[in-house]
Amino acid sequence: MAQKVLMKGNEAIAEAAIRAGCRHYFGYPITPQTEIAAYMAKKMPKIGGVFLQAESEIASINMVYGAAAAGMRVMTSSSSPGISLKAEGLSYIAGSDVPALVVNVQRGGPGLGGIQPSQSDYFQATKGGGHGDYRMIVLAPASVQEMASLTIKGFELADKYLMTSMILADGTIGQMMEPISFEDTEIKTFEKPWALTGTKCARKHNVVNSLYLKPEELEVKNFERFERYKVVEENEAMWEEYMMEDAEYCVVAFGIASRVAKNAVVSARKEGIKVGLIRPITLWPFPKQALLEAADKVKGFVCVELNMGQMIEDVRLYTQCKKPVSLCCRCGGMIPSPEEVLESIRKAQKGEF
Amino acid sequence: MNHKRLTLFAGHYGSGKTNIAVNYAIRLAQEGKHVCIADLDIVNPYFRTKDSAKELTDAGVTLISPQFANSNVDLPALPAEAYRLVQDKGIYGVMDIGGDDRGAYALGRYVPFIKEEGNYRMIFVANCCRPLTTTAEEALEVMREIEAACGLQFTDIINNSNLGPETTAETVIESLAYIQKLSELSGLPVFAHTAESNIAKQLDLPDVFPLHLQEKYFDLPIA
Repeated sequence: MAQKVLMKGNEAIAEAAIRAGCRHYFGYPITPQTEIAAYMAKKMPKIGGVFLQAESEIASINMVYGAAAAGMRVMTSSSSPGISLKAEGLSYIAGSDVPALVVNVQRGGPGLGGIQPSQSDYFQATKGGGHGDYRMIVLAPASVQEMASLTIKGFELADKYLMTSMILADGTIGQMMEPISFEDTEIKTFEKPWALTGTKCARKHNVVNSLYLKPEELEVKNFERFERYKVVEENEAMWEEYMMEDAEYCVVAFGIASRVAKNAVVSARKEGIKVGLIRPITLWPFPKQALLEAADKVKGFVCVELNMGQMIEDVRLYTQCKKPVSLCCRCGGMIPSPEEVLESIRKAQKGEF
Repeated sequence: MNHKRLTLFAGHYGSGKTNIAVNYAIRLAQEGKHVCIADLDIVNPYFRTKDSAKELTDAGVTLISPQFANSNVDLPALPAEAYRLVQDKGIYGVMDIGGDDRGAYALGRYVPFIKEEGNYRMIFVANCCRPLTTTAEEALEVMREIEAACGLQFTDIINNSNLGPETTAETVIESLAYIQKLSELSGLPVFAHTAESNIAKQLDLPDVFPLHLQEKYFDLPIA
């Protein structure tokens, strides 16, 4: 392959997954992520992998559960309504502590919604989605290159912490093309002594299960799981800071919204407004520390999202309401223009939040 | 540039078919031809011929688009008027075919008419910077799949090797060996090398097709 390739975001996810050692893909088509399945359908048979278009989203997530229990690097991908269908399986996978990668290339909602981009599954991704006490590692790429690098990172974190990693992208990054490179890609693998690989009569049976009928046992399982989550929260938060050194105002945005916001920050700086950007790369664990530290420095925050205001709740929570936070948002498949974001920054400077 | 009455652009999805088809139709119109372009993509609801409706109309090109194109209704349907391209022999027709073999199935219904008239050029759009067609062998495989799906053989290749905003003259120069090999493997001539008009000026090649109209969907800095 040439040094750089011109890829769609969806293709970058698929190619990165293959490079990360994923040989099992189970999915069901839905716009705007279908290129992931198409790429896998083309490539998997050539490299001894499995591509299977299941009869439904529910079937595909349970196939992921099975392959994950067998210790395979496995993934599925869908878009918003399809992820809702997978929610039960996500909970079972979490309750069984097996690693998997799930991609959500979000579209406008709720309901069947539309096929244009959105970020309105933030709550679903970071606060649950399925039932029960559990967390997923949620990675939010803002470029085609990051679609690739965060997919690889997602597999590694999933294996390391026995969790589901979710790539929370949107229709824009899924469909847009950018030149990217796969050079210097190192792949980390992990031993999986817990996997269901057959005892060969040489060891005790491994059990993968989420059913615990004794409440004392189920509680302990939950406690143990949350000890692991604590380690993730302490060690794995990722974020980018842009022009924050002398910033008096801070824009917070992830994914495609952060690309628009960055343009607005540059324009605002030209007007003499000291503004910077914090871009959460992991939405869970949320970069709490970065936000809290910024709260002691800046006069206020502007949260830019492609939804009615979901991440803004975490921004308020983790800045401990020390400073005002305003919302600049579009939804239903619409994207705010840099001018709209700039206007919100101007208002913040005037003290209007 | 000599033209056939019908020109079809097919290839791997994302290879640049629509952009080239639109530029080619406008070029034909500028040469004084009566031109009609048809969007026959039944696969992808985004990035369609209709995105350039204004430019096409301004150039005097008639655009035939599926009823639901750009409506966000993800419903594949072919426009009835598309038959005009194969039936009205007084016009120059440009057909923008959907990506890969899946996109080319829709062409099948027009093929008997196209073959009967025998005045067509079916051009394979190749970009060596795109995954799944990075080698001439891979590109040939995609060509054969498309031909099997639609029942029509390619007659030409167009070199659309580019890296989007990072394309330079070197990108095109470096692709020449690839396109030469694809030409040898398939036995088909290279119709042209495309390049964005500013880059095209820097290229000292016999058949350069400058792309003046480049639909920009996202003009955003790299994150």
